[in-house]
Amino acid sequence: MNLLEINHMKKSFGDLEVIRDFSLSVREGEVVSIIGPSGSGKSTILRCATLLEQMDDGDLIYMGEYAAKSVNGKSVYMGKGVLKKIRSYFGLVFQNFNLFPHYNVLKNIMDAPVTVGKVPKEEAKERALKLLDQLGLSEKGQAYPYQLSGGQQQRVSIARALALQPKILFFDEPTSALDPELTGEVLRVIKELAAQKMTMIIVTHEMQFAKELSDRIIFMENGVVVQEGTPDEVFHSENERIREFIGKIEAVY
Amino acid sequence: MDVITMLKQLAEGMIVTGQIFFLTLLFSLPLGLIIAFGRMSKNGLIRTVSKIYISIMRGTPLMLQLIVVYFAPYYVFGVRFGSGYRMVAVILGFVLNYAAYFAEIYRAGIQAIPVGQHEAAQVLGFSKGQTFFRIILPQVIKRILPPVTNEVITLVKDTSLAFVLTVAEMFTLAKQIAAAQTTVIPLMVAGLFYYIFNLLVAFVMELIEKKLGYYR
Ligand SMILES: Nc1ncnc2c1ncn2[C@@H]1O[C@H](COP(=O)(O)OP(=O)(O)OP(=O)(O)O)[C@@H](O)[C@H]1O
Ligand SMILES: [Mg+2]
Repeated sequence: MNLLEINHMKKSFGDLEVIRDFSLSVREGEVVSIIGPSGSGKSTILRCATLLEQMDDGDLIYMGEYAAKSVNGKSVYMGKGVLKKIRSYFGLVFQNFNLFPHYNVLKNIMDAPVTVGKVPKEEAKERALKLLDQLGLSEKGQAYPYQLSGGQQQRVSIARALALQPKILFFDEPTSALDPELTGEVLRVIKELAAQKMTMIIVTHEMQFAKELSDRIIFMENGVVVQEGTPDEVFHSENERIREFIGKIEAVY
Repeated sequence: MDVITMLKQLAEGMIVTGQIFFLTLLFSLPLGLIIAFGRMSKNGLIRTVSKIYISIMRGTPLMLQLIVVYFAPYYVFGVRFGSGYRMVAVILGFVLNYAAYFAEIYRAGIQAIPVGQHEAAQVLGFSKGQTFFRIILPQVIKRILPPVTNEVITLVKDTSLAFVLTVAEMFTLAKQIAAAQTTVIPLMVAGLFYYIFNLLVAFVMELIEKKLGYYR
């Protein structure tokens, strides 16, 4: 069964058609990267998939359960209860972390499991400490976000997402806000997750990373998929635009 | 009249002043939050009404508002309350006025919180209420402490406006005694009282600020 299925997603902002027709199926354990130039609609796809934005048309299905269904050319979203359940299937890691500044690291990680997931406090704490250990942050449980480096903050935000034990994790340019010397520690964590067969969808400009990690890469431009395939296929694409884009990015980084 | 008697009389006024002060804060702080929500409502009518309300409350003298609140029940509804209504009218007027100021402070504070905080909470599964009370409001309170302190200090001094409804708060008494005894001492005591009151306010607000200073 597909963990996630998006069928014919369409999304406009006013007159601007941002996503024209986007479909994607993701199986358990798969890592899919989405690449493409700025403004091509990558973030919009993640925001629609994580219910931060509503699509205009298309189906959104997690584990066979519809979050939204296309009816007569319009997406119809399910009720609050269903969406709440579906939200528990996924996590999202933001480019700029969005940690809660008034909570320490431990509380950032524990708060959602306790208040949303109704996990007993002790168990949530145990889980959080384990995650911190796993992400190399065991000393930082009592620290506040402002006391951490960008790379540490991003690792905490990954831990916060993982604490809810999602089936699938989305990343929107998880290293773009970081100084170059800090991207490595975050990419390493994501690689470890991939090794543990975490299902992930990653929007990134880190080409080498996408190439190494992904089962599939999707190249987007102007709201449509230009090519979808294995890293090998995409990196050796005949398509002029893709070659140019990859060349340019690799020259920058 | 000896100084002790004078101080005793003034002390009664101080209690009334303190009542006006605390009751106004007690009711206007939450009411301000509700008005701020109205001001930011998706519903255009609620938004406009809140906006007009705030504009009138901030654009006309508080003294006039107190008079209106006091006389409105009789002139508009033909209802006459006993003399106890004076104090009620004072509190009501102060609450309605200060809530408008607090509403604008809340609104600025709420809108200054990055949208990413809402989005992170939403993706984690927090309800709207949980998001507001657990994530947003604590950060808002920290941010709005300085403008709120300003308003609270102004409120201490504004309490003397209650004299228009002949509520015997401290300044009213000080003036009466000063006139009857032809001495300025009561007025100076009054000045000292407001000053010390505000020192206390500043001290308490600083304590709160320190307490919330554990994060940035
Ligand atoms: N809320 C919004 N309102 C209006 N336009 C928007 C909104 N969000 C995105 N857009 C527009 O939609 C287009 C796609 O934006 P999106 O953020 O999805 O691109 P992206 O591929 O993630 O780009 P980047 O690589 O720069 O992050 C852009 O032209 C953007 O200006
Ligand atoms: Mg983006």
